[in-house]
Amino acid sequence: MTTSLADVASSGATLRAFLHGLPGVDRVGADQRAAMLGTRSIKTTAKAQAIDLAISMVDLTTLEGADTPGKVRALCAKARHPGEGAPRVAAVCVYPDLVHVAAGALAGSGVKVASVATAFPSGRSSLEVKVSETKLAVAAGADEIDMVIDRGAFLAGDHLKVYEEIAAVKAACGDAHLKVILETGELATYDNVRRASWLAMLAGGDFIKTSTGKVSPAATLPVTLIMLEAVRDFRDATGRQVGVKPAGGIRTTKDAIKNLVLVNETAGDDWLSPDWFRLGASSLLNDLLMQRQKLATGRYAGPDYFTLD
Amino acid sequence: MSRLAVRKTYKLFIGGAFPRSESGRSYPVTSPKGDFLANASRASRKDARDAVSAARKAFPGWSGATAYNRGQILYRIAEMLEGRRAQFADELGLGKKAALESVDAAIDRLVWYAGWSDKITSVRGTANPVAGPYFNLSTPEPTGVVAVVAPADPLLGLVSVVAPVIVTGNACVVVAAERTPLPAITLAEVLATSDLPGGVVNILTGHQAELAPWLAAHMDVNALDLTGVTDADLALRCEQDAAENLKRVLGPAGDDWSGDPGLGRMTAFLETKTVWHPMGV
Amino acid sequence: MSMFEYAPAPESRDVVDIKPSYGLFIGGEFTDGSGPSFKTVNPATEETLAEVATASSDDVDRAVQAARKAFDAWSGLPGSERAKYLFRIARIIQERARELAVLESLDNGKPIRESRDVDVPLVAAHFFYYAGWADKLSHAGFGPDPRPLGVAGQVIPWNFPLLMLAWKIAPALACGNTVVLKPAETTPLTALLIAEICQQAELPPGVVNIVTGAGETGAAVVAHPDVNKVAFTGSTDVGRLIARTVAGSGKKLTLELGGKAANIVFEDAALDQAVEGIVNGIFFNQGHVCCAGSRLLVQESIQEELLAALKRRLATLRLGDPLDKNTDIGAINSAEQLAKIRQLSEAGESEGAERWSPACELPGRGYWFPPTLFTGVAQSHRIAREEIFGPVLSILTFRTPAEAVEKANNTPYGLSAGIWTEKGSRILWMADKLRAGVVWANTFNRFDPASPFGGYKESGYGREGGLRGLEAYLDV
Repeated sequence: MTTSLADVASSGATLRAFLHGLPGVDRVGADQRAAMLGTRSIKTTAKAQAIDLAISMVDLTTLEGADTPGKVRALCAKARHPGEGAPRVAAVCVYPDLVHVAAGALAGSGVKVASVATAFPSGRSSLEVKVSETKLAVAAGADEIDMVIDRGAFLAGDHLKVYEEIAAVKAACGDAHLKVILETGELATYDNVRRASWLAMLAGGDFIKTSTGKVSPAATLPVTLIMLEAVRDFRDATGRQVGVKPAGGIRTTKDAIKNLVLVNETAGDDWLSPDWFRLGASSLLNDLLMQRQKLATGRYAGPDYFTLD
Repeated sequence: MSRLAVRKTYKLFIGGAFPRSESGRSYPVTSPKGDFLANASRASRKDARDAVSAARKAFPGWSGATAYNRGQILYRIAEMLEGRRAQFADELGLGKKAALESVDAAIDRLVWYAGWSDKITSVRGTANPVAGPYFNLSTPEPTGVVAVVAPADPLLGLVSVVAPVIVTGNACVVVAAERTPLPAITLAEVLATSDLPGGVVNILTGHQAELAPWLAAHMDVNALDLTGVTDADLALRCEQDAAENLKRVLGPAGDDWSGDPGLGRMTAFLETKTVWHPMGV
Repeated sequence: MSMFEYAPAPESRDVVDIKPSYGLFIGGEFTDGSGPSFKTVNPATEETLAEVATASSDDVDRAVQAARKAFDAWSGLPGSERAKYLFRIARIIQERARELAVLESLDNGKPIRESRDVDVPLVAAHFFYYAGWADKLSHAGFGPDPRPLGVAGQVIPWNFPLLMLAWKIAPALACGNTVVLKPAETTPLTALLIAEICQQAELPPGVVNIVTGAGETGAAVVAHPDVNKVAFTGSTDVGRLIARTVAGSGKKLTLELGGKAANIVFEDAALDQAVEGIVNGIFFNQGHVCCAGSRLLVQESIQEELLAALKRRLATLRLGDPLDKNTDIGAINSAEQLAKIRQLSEAGESEGAERWSPACELPGRGYWFPPTLFTGVAQSHRIAREEIFGPVLSILTFRTPAEAVEKANNTPYGLSAGIWTEKGSRILWMADKLRAGVVWANTFNRFDPASPFGGYKESGYGREGGLRGLEAYLDV
C-alpha cells in the first residue's frame, strides 16, 4: 500500500477527506452502463461455460430464524453434489451457531464454510459482541466470515468507527477470510457505495459484499458494477486484490450471467474465479442446474427433477 | 445680423466612436426636393470590416448581460429619443405632423422591444419531457453578429430592424438607408448616450450595393438581414454569398412599419440551445 | 484470449425479405425509375443486397407532382385524422421493429444492438410524438391556424437512415405537408420498407414519396420549382450548395450539418461515467454521428488517469458482425467513407499526433476501422478541426474552464458539446458559454423526439424535434 493510502485512516478527518475525494458516481450513467451490459447475449458454449462458472461461485445460503441442523446438513449435501456432472459450489453460508454443523457436513469436500457474524443483519451491537461472535464462528470451523458494517455510523459520517470495527473483526478472523457486507440498499447513493467499498478495502476486507439479503434493494447490477470498479481501482492503487460478492435477489441463470458479464467487462479475467467473485444465493442454484440440463439435453427442464433442499 | 449655423459633420458609428470613412470619401445627401443637406461618409469595405470586428468584440459582453439590463438600455434609448423628438422630426423631411407621428412610432417600438428582453426566453424556450431520467431545457440564444441592410424609412424602419436584433443579445452592423442616412447618424448619437456598449450597434452610411456584398460574404458575420435591399439581383447575390458560412438570412421586405411587428424579426436571429442533465441521487 | 469468450449470438436474417430489386415509391405505388439502377451492399461483407432504381429528374418531377396532387386533401384533413395515420405508422413500426432493425444493420453496418435498442425505438417514438401535434397546432404558439408549407423536399444521410427519415417525415406530415424524400444511395432499403408501411397504414397516395438515387437525384429534389420546403441532413459542404441553390427561391430551408464537438472532462468528473460518455460519444454508430464528441478536451491534471481508463475500456469494445447482438462497433458504411477516415487518420500521424488502437482483429471482408485515439493533438491539427465521421477521437488538454470554452468554441461548427463535472454551477456556466445547439452535461449522445436538435454556425439552422421542430414545416 502506498504511503498516502496507509495514512488515510490516521484520523476521522483524513479518512473522510479521502473517501469524499474519490470520483463521484453519476447514477444515471452507472445504471445505463449496467443495463447495457445486461443486454449481452450469452449463448451455446459461452452459456455452458458461464453456468458452470456461476455454480462454482455460489455461496449457498440459509439465513433464517427457523434454520436447524437438519436443514443445514441437507444444504451441505446439495453443495457437495449439486447435480450430475456439475461442479461443487464455493461455500455454504449459515448463522454462527450452525457453523459446526456445516463444518462437519462439508469436511473434506473443498466447499468452504461461511458464517455471517457481527450481529447480522443489523450490526447493531457492541464491538465486543461482534468480535466475540467472529471468534466463536472461526473456532467452530468457519473459513469465511461475512460481517456487516455499521451503516448507522457510516451514514452519520463516523467513517473511522466503521473502519476500526472492520479492522478489529479482521484481526479476530485470524486465517479466515473476511467478507464485508456494505448493505448497499441502506447506503442509498452510489457515491456511498463507492466510499464504503474503499473503506472496507482499506480496513482489510478480503471481499466486499453487497447485501445481507434482508434489505431491498439487495444486489442490483449497477451496485455490483460500482463495487467491481472499486476493487479494480484499489488493486491499481495498492497492488492488493479484493473479491466481490453480490448477494440477495440473484435468482435466475440470466441474473447470474449478467453478473459474470459485469465482471468480465469491468474487472476482467483476474476476478473470474470463485476465489474472487461469489454469488450469494439460495434458489439460484436450481435454476442454474435446470439451464445446465436444458443445454445438455436440448429440452426445457422441469422443477420436479431438481431437489429442493 | 443673422448668425451662421454650426453644421454637424455626419460620420460613421463604429465601436462606439464616430470615425470618418477610412477611404476619405463622402457623398452628398439631399432633401426630397433636391436641396443639399449634408455630406455623409461613404463607407468602404474596410469600414465594414472594422464594424464587423467591433460587433464581434462587443458580442460576448452584450449577450452575457442580463436580459433585464438589455431591456433597461433599450428603454433608455427610447428615453433619449423622446428628448430629441423635435430634432428627429426636423431631420425626417416629412410634413411636421407625419414626422412627429413617425418619431413617436419609433419611440414606442423601442419601448415595445425593450420589454421583450426578459420575456422572449419564456416564450421561445421549452421544457422538454424526454423519455428518461433527464432534465432537458431549450432556451433561445442570440445568433451573434448580424449584418442589417436597413430599409428606406430612415428612423422608424431603422429602429424596427435594429431593436429586434439587439434586444436578444446580438450585435449588428447596419447599412443605413442610402438616400436618407442622416437620421441614422443622429440615432447613433442617441445610442452613444444610452449606456449601450460600444460596438453593439455599428452604423455605416454609403452605397448599399457596395457594402452589402462584403457583409454577406464576411465569414465572421453569422446572419444577414436584407430587409432594405430593393434590387432583386443584389439580394440574390447576397443570399448566395451568405451560404458560404451558412448565415441565417432574412429576405427583403416591404417598407410598411405600421403593423404589429410580431416575433419574426427576433426569432430570425435566435438559436435554440438544448441542455441535458441526468437526474439521479 | 479472455477466460470468458462470448460465443457468436447472431440475430436472425430470416425476419427480412430483401427483394432482388427495388423501384421508386411515387403516388402510393412502387414504380420503375428511369435512371440506371445501382447496387446497395452490406458494408460488413461487401455482398450486394439489392438493385435499386435511380430517380431521374423526370422521376423526381413525377414525385413532386404526386405530392402536390395529394397536398390539398392531406392538408385539408382535420388534424385528428392526420394524427391517426401517423399513430398507425408508429404502431406498424413497433410491430415490425425487428425486421426494420435487421434491415437497417444489414444495409448500414451498424450494430444490431443499436438499431434494435436506439434507432428503431426512437423512430417509432418520433412518429408518436408528432402524431400528437397534428391536431394541436393551434395551441403551439403560432397563431390560431398555422398553415403547412406545401411539398417538402427532404434529403437524408446514411448514418441513421430510419431515424433521419422519421425526423423529416413525421413533423412534415403532422403539419399537413406532403413529402418527397431521398434516402442516401448507400442505405435506401429501410426507407423503401417504410414506403411499404405507408401502404399498410393506407396513407393516402402521394403524401409520402420516396425517390432513390445519388447526389443528382437529391439536387433535383432540392431545385424543383414546385417544392416549398427543403430539409437536408448531411455534410456542411453539401449544405452550403443547397443554401446557395435555394437562395432567392423563397423555399423554407432547414439544414442539419456537420460537427466537431468538444467533450470536456474536468478533474472532478464522475470518471467511470465520463469514460462511458466519451466512448458513447465517439464510438456510437462507428462515429458516423454529426454530433459525435470527436474532440476530447481533458483537464491536464487528470490526463494520464483518464487516458489509462479510456484505453482499458477501449480494449473491451467488441468489433465485428453487425448482426451479432454483442457487437459494439460495426462496419464503416462505405469504401468511400473508410478511405476518408484513413486519410484523416494518416494526416493526424503525419502532423505529429500519436495514434493508438486496442488490439483488434478486423474481419477480412467488408469496410472496417478500429476504434482509434490520438493523443498530443493540437487545435491546429486537421484531426482537431475537420469532421472525420468515424471512430477516431482526438484528445487535447486544457487548464481552466475559460480555456476549455475557448477551445471548444474555436471551430466553424456548433452542433453539440459535452461537459463532465460534478459541480453544478460550473455546468451551467459552461453550458451558457458553449456555442452549440445541444449541450450534454454528464451524459452524451442522448436523443428524444421531445428535445430540439440542431446547430449553431456552420452546423446548420432550424431545429428538429420538440415544439421548435414544428416551425420548420409551418408557414410561420
